[in-house]
Amino acid sequence: MTKEVEQAFKAAIPIFIGYVPAAVAFGILSKGCGITLLQCFLFSAVVFAGASQFIALNLLMTGMGGGGVILTTLLVNFRHFLMSASLSTRVSQMSRRAHVLMAFGVTDEVFSVLSFRKGTLTKRFVFLLELSAYSAWVSGTVAGYILGGFLPDILTKSMGVALYALLLAILVPELKNSIKAVVLAIASGLLNSVLIKLDILPDGWTIIVCILVVALAGTFFMVDDVREEVYG
Amino acid sequence: MDNVIPIIFGMAAVTYIPRLLPFLMLTNKEIPKRVDSFLKCIPVAAIGALIVPGVFNSTPDMPVAGIAGILFALVFGLWKGGIIIPVIGAVVVTYSVLFFGV
Repeated sequence: MTKEVEQAFKAAIPIFIGYVPAAVAFGILSKGCGITLLQCFLFSAVVFAGASQFIALNLLMTGMGGGGVILTTLLVNFRHFLMSASLSTRVSQMSRRAHVLMAFGVTDEVFSVLSFRKGTLTKRFVFLLELSAYSAWVSGTVAGYILGGFLPDILTKSMGVALYALLLAILVPELKNSIKAVVLAIASGLLNSVLIKLDILPDGWTIIVCILVVALAGTFFMVDDVREEVYG
Repeated sequence: MDNVIPIIFGMAAVTYIPRLLPFLMLTNKEIPKRVDSFLKCIPVAAIGALIVPGVFNSTPDMPVAGIAGILFALVFGLWKGGIIIPVIGAVVVTYSVLFFGV
């Protein structure tokens, strides 16, 4: 049990390092946009979805109406539908209530950590991880709003690399174990680069298309699936 | 801006519902093997697209700094594994490159 708590906090540290500077930046930006502290807090506390919050601020600044902002948010965050679908197959031992709660915390990073965690996903691990990520995001937002740029600029900039390093560090053991994982991950990254270059899809949808295309390809061309090799 | 709070709750709803629905629809259901294997391919597909191409521009002022940091995470990850050292090391390397402005 204590081991699990320790593992959850260990897994949360990189998320913390990545979320705090981004959240601080969100707090600072909202203040600059004339958002009140309460509104800024609510953004992070009830939406809890990084990129979409920045996009929403920009859209509000351009004078877009509520309907447009909400629709854009739906599009930007819809990738989490696929992520939750993938996670849902691994939490059947949990109660309905736990599902309803844990769904709120399915961010890109939480999803990545949970997906590649070996063995059963326990309630304790999932909620400790989500709670840590959530507190980093909400407290960073409020700190940024109140304190402004209290982190040295160069440190904030360097911390921008943390979330990518986290995702990569999660992926690497998988890559070492499975050539299929290498192929799928690289294919997905390449496809995403092409789609972004083409610039024909709304924000957030390049990732959705990548997930659908690459996971489908993985299903049809590689019959025995990627994860089974690792999890046995 | 005074009409922001209803918009925030609208955003919260359209973010939360897609995160929730799969848990209600799929958990404890008999899932066809094909669908199951599709769902199991999602993490690798998602993480690939989350990293590339964003990673090449994680420090927009000086992309080489972020790339140096990521290379550290990759090499250390392949060599020793783990999460915390690759992440903190990546930040330190990126910081150093930005600081010394190589």
